[in-house]
Amino acid sequence: MLNSKIPAGALDQKWVDYKGHCKLVNPANKRKLEVIVVGTGLAGASAAASLGELGYKVKAFCFQDSPRRAHSIAAQGGINAAKNYQNDGDSVFRLFYDTIKGGDYRAREANVHRLAEVSVNIIDQCVAQGVPFAREYGGLLNNRSFGGTQVKRTFYAAGQTGQQLLIGAYQALERQVALGNVHQYTRHEMLDVVMVDGKARGIIARDLVTGKLERHFGHAVLLCTGGYGNVFYLSTNAMGSNVTAIWKAHKKGAYFGNPCFTQIHPTCIPVTGDHQSKLTLMSESLRNDGRIWVPKQKDDPRKANDIPEEERDYYLERRYPAFGNLVPRDVASRAAKERCDAGYGVGTTKQAVYLDFKFNLINKYGKAEANKHGIENPDTETLIRLGKEVVKEEYGNLFDMYEKITGENPYEVPMRIYPAVHYTMGGLWVDYELMTNIPGLYALGEANFSDHGANRLGASALMQGLADGYFVIPYTIGNYLADDIATKPIPTTHEAFEQTEKAVAERINKLMSIKGDTTVETYHKRLGKIMWEKCGMARNAQGLKEAIAEIQQLKKEFWSNVRIPGTIEEMNPELDKAGRVADFIELGELMCQDALNRNESCGGHFREESQTEEGEAKRDDDNFAYVSAWEYKGESAWELHKEALTFEVAKLTQRSYK
Amino acid sequence: MEHYLMNLTLKVWRQANSNAKGKFETFKVKDISSEMSFLEMIDVLNEQMIREGHDPIAFDHDCREGICGMCSMYIDGRPHGPWHANTVCQLHMRAYKDGDTIVIEPWRANAFPVIKDLMVDRSAFDRIIQAGGYVSVNTGSPVDANATPIQKDNADAAFAAAACIGCGACVAACKNSSAMLFVSAKVSHLALLPQGNPERKSRVTNMIAQMDKEGFGSCTNTGACEAVCPKEIKMSNIARLNNEYLVAGLTIDK
Repeated sequence: MLNSKIPAGALDQKWVDYKGHCKLVNPANKRKLEVIVVGTGLAGASAAASLGELGYKVKAFCFQDSPRRAHSIAAQGGINAAKNYQNDGDSVFRLFYDTIKGGDYRAREANVHRLAEVSVNIIDQCVAQGVPFAREYGGLLNNRSFGGTQVKRTFYAAGQTGQQLLIGAYQALERQVALGNVHQYTRHEMLDVVMVDGKARGIIARDLVTGKLERHFGHAVLLCTGGYGNVFYLSTNAMGSNVTAIWKAHKKGAYFGNPCFTQIHPTCIPVTGDHQSKLTLMSESLRNDGRIWVPKQKDDPRKANDIPEEERDYYLERRYPAFGNLVPRDVASRAAKERCDAGYGVGTTKQAVYLDFKFNLINKYGKAEANKHGIENPDTETLIRLGKEVVKEEYGNLFDMYEKITGENPYEVPMRIYPAVHYTMGGLWVDYELMTNIPGLYALGEANFSDHGANRLGASALMQGLADGYFVIPYTIGNYLADDIATKPIPTTHEAFEQTEKAVAERINKLMSIKGDTTVETYHKRLGKIMWEKCGMARNAQGLKEAIAEIQQLKKEFWSNVRIPGTIEEMNPELDKAGRVADFIELGELMCQDALNRNESCGGHFREESQTEEGEAKRDDDNFAYVSAWEYKGESAWELHKEALTFEVAKLTQRSYK
Repeated sequence: MEHYLMNLTLKVWRQANSNAKGKFETFKVKDISSEMSFLEMIDVLNEQMIREGHDPIAFDHDCREGICGMCSMYIDGRPHGPWHANTVCQLHMRAYKDGDTIVIEPWRANAFPVIKDLMVDRSAFDRIIQAGGYVSVNTGSPVDANATPIQKDNADAAFAAAACIGCGACVAACKNSSAMLFVSAKVSHLALLPQGNPERKSRVTNMIAQMDKEGFGSCTNTGACEAVCPKEIKMSNIARLNNEYLVAGLTIDK
């Protein structure tokens, strides 16, 4: 049975009590214990650095050429923390409550409360490292608001918050490398977990430059390998982001939690054609100052700026007056899809809506600046000029990026945006200590399923990655390793390493021996199309069943007809990609299984069979208030385990942002 | 934007590994859309090459939104291509017209050995950061984030320097293969903040020593680095670096 190991006691005392009573490892013993960390994004880099500081012997792996390139770097908008610096009524409890509600009551209360508690430490830690967050003229930290909340609790660094936080964690990591506490392996990809006596004891990794397989022992293994949005082919993830590490762990017995919970982000630059290789996000923070609209008239041929105010439909403000443009991501995405499906979309593909900054540029920033400078009765041109300067400081890099990609200037014409796959709330099932059901195997950050339920609120991913790495794992890993201090490092000549490496090598040989005529990319695109159409923003039983059959067929074709150029023992990006796509295909099937099983709408998971008369998502708490934890049982076979979710503090209500 | 198609000739540096001798190869690509990114154009060529039984061109790339710093192509004699303040992945094909010939090379610097084709080894940058590009604070309970107010101008300047993505374009553009812009960005980021103050002397001394050890050249203030930096890191950072280095050299106690 699943044991989530949630401590007893009042919600706000659980973490305090846990820290007060968990086992400790003395400094001399820490030096004898080895920990493997796979992935060097916010979760991985912060965990590797913090464990190195504590004295553990750490090995950190990443597939990129430097830990600083992990995809956390691309996070734009910000990081939440319950500091209440703005005196607007924020508190740990409110951050907890917003996150539980935003996740549509499909996350664990205890985990989320802990996340809210440590959020304040994260900001202190990052500032101490020299992370240059945005500041007010008085020298104190600035905040902005984000979707799904009514307070300003988001800390940011222009539109590059993820970059600045990752550089902070990266610098802490490099310091530990310099001190010899962490050994760093770049351009390495983990290809399997090594199990000894039922515990995770190491990994098989491939050096991507030489193509050679390597064996690495660890008393514990931490997977911090991010999300699997690239199963959809097009997503805002980096090209290399993949599911392989956690999928290998899943096939070794680790349960996969809520695989179908995918976040489709409302504000991304729309697709232009078949050549598209990835999608680019425009930070949700833009919804603070941008108003979303479509023309009231179907197929309106006019340019955006030629459509008068009264002929625009600000549909989010119309449908959700309380939250307006700041509704959570899942709600905003579905509303955009609804308008476009109904024929009101804009741009050449008609699969886009407008995100317009003019109103706030003039009325909010322009007027404030004019007041500050003592300009009386300013004309519109002056207001636009003044407003632009402020908008440039807040979002300059995003506006530049939009212009580079589309060739349009968003200071002059509204942005065109459309939802795109952005984040996966699902991931390896973990208990309160972030350990999977395999002893010694942990999952941190986006790679686990734990804190965001069925929908993640904006600026919460950075918070969770750093919470897990800086402030949770340093405590919880000790509770496990304290019983392992007598375990000597297992030599990598051990039979388990031999066999695991042999199986990895056989799979690579098999891939190379197919020598078919279809490229890896072609299969990946086909998988993405199936997933987007049938397991995307809206799902139904029939479509999901079709998708499962189509994916099984695709898998057969892949394994009989894929073409991979080059050889194994060299730098061969096509071979790397083939292994990842093969895993994505298997994952896609499980995601559809999970979506089919969950016959309710919750958060980002919208089952067409389960909606209100007004077309809003309808949750079914009587039958689905559980975490789906899937156990791998062989090819195309899984067994479902359910972890019941109980809510002692948060009240289960249908979400309303009206 | 008006959309159009184009046919292009590409001259691309091919090199099997760090020890092999490299050479240029010429390729033709057809019906490239002006809406594609430059890397999507290379994707089209690679797909074509795989189908025809050739080895595709190896190149570094990851986020494709201009922030990870992984992409690194020297296009027509300029790192990251013709656009100002840009990375290759954000370069779009509307920068070119039908019939153009484009020459693509890897970063060229002794400290960045070629791994394969257009991929180079930039681990020297990691080692420079290891020499001192950090604030020595352990994870724990530092003071409240608002306990130390920081003048907004300084915070903004520190952020502007910290925006460096470590791509190495500055080194590739420099005739001396100098890494001064990269090093100065990190030194400035931390020297401008009170948190970086306690270690500022040892930091600059050790980072410069590592930079020299890696085989990067000297700075002769030609400004090529600033001109091609995708994040517009300013040369004034190099002036600050020199100042920090001089002061450290004159006053350091050990």
